[in-house]
Amino acid sequence: MHEFSITQNLLEIALRHAEKAGAHHITRLNLVVGELSSVIDESVQFYWDIVARDTLAEGSELCFERVPGSLRCLGCSNVFSLNGRDYACPACGENQVVVAGGDEFRLESIEVE
Amino acid sequence: MRVSVLEEVFSANDQLAESNRRRLDEAGVFGVNLMASPGAGKTSLITRTIEPLRGEVRIAAVDGDIATTLDADRIAAFGVPTVQINTGGACHLDAAMLQRALSKLDLNHLALLIVENVGNLVCPAAFKLGMHRSVLIASVPEGDDKPYKYPVMYRGVNALVLNKMDVLAAFDFDVQYFRRGVEALNPGLAFFPMSCKTGEGLDLWLAWRRAERKRGGT
Repeated sequence: MHEFSITQNLLEIALRHAEKAGAHHITRLNLVVGELSSVIDESVQFYWDIVARDTLAEGSELCFERVPGSLRCLGCSNVFSLNGRDYACPACGENQVVVAGGDEFRLESIEVE
Repeated sequence: MRVSVLEEVFSANDQLAESNRRRLDEAGVFGVNLMASPGAGKTSLITRTIEPLRGEVRIAAVDGDIATTLDADRIAAFGVPTVQINTGGACHLDAAMLQRALSKLDLNHLALLIVENVGNLVCPAAFKLGMHRSVLIASVPEGDDKPYKYPVMYRGVNALVLNKMDVLAAFDFDVQYFRRGVEALNPGLAFFPMSCKTGEGLDLWLAWRRAERKRGGT
């Protein structure tokens, strides 16, 4: 439900960087979307076509690199995926973790002409 | 030509959240963001918190709801200024909504602001509001596996209330299993098992609230 405002933020970031680079047109946005980020890429795409209209980004393509949710064991640094049932490290059994990936929603780069 | 950007898309919200925090700090208001699933007991915890504190500190509440004013009415009945934010279908409060709500309150005459977020364990975790503390309310009927399913929410809060302890016997809720998941992500998290209905466990929570407000920022 919140992708509309997120998409507006995305446009603002993309236009700022395109203008700084003296670009006439944005052709592509390369995004990184984590599984845990609460962002649904189909929904961003839907709003994008609306918010980008009549801007330098009109008609640009959104490319999503999806990052799965992962945890890092604080005992042995092993990185493993979420299973939704427990946080014990499959390598050493330790029960202390941090989210290692999957919570990001980042504009990596834009391609411009 | 490729132009490197490397910006988090949520950064615009984060910046607004920081400005909200500065406004609260300047006015000397301590802000608490309450998050939970629908029906976990956010409004009950607020009214239970306001009741004993209202003679002691000046409190206001901001209530985020998708459409109705039912929760805001319950809080306002305790005589505290309450700002209702109808998110119009949105699943969370964001820093811009809170900024507008702050403008409707006389911050210089307040000491404590309690924000009731929209009932949801996913989206509110991604949108900072600029409050001093984030509190998550879990409840027994939701099940003991929630820390394992919503790690982003559980890792980012400063206190955890486990509500509806009065019905524990009726559910297969393993408190040890629940806590193990919480401790794995957020070691040492302040934990308050309670029942807003019976009042059991509320005293510890209220003592924490008082102590944290005295500690202030950070």
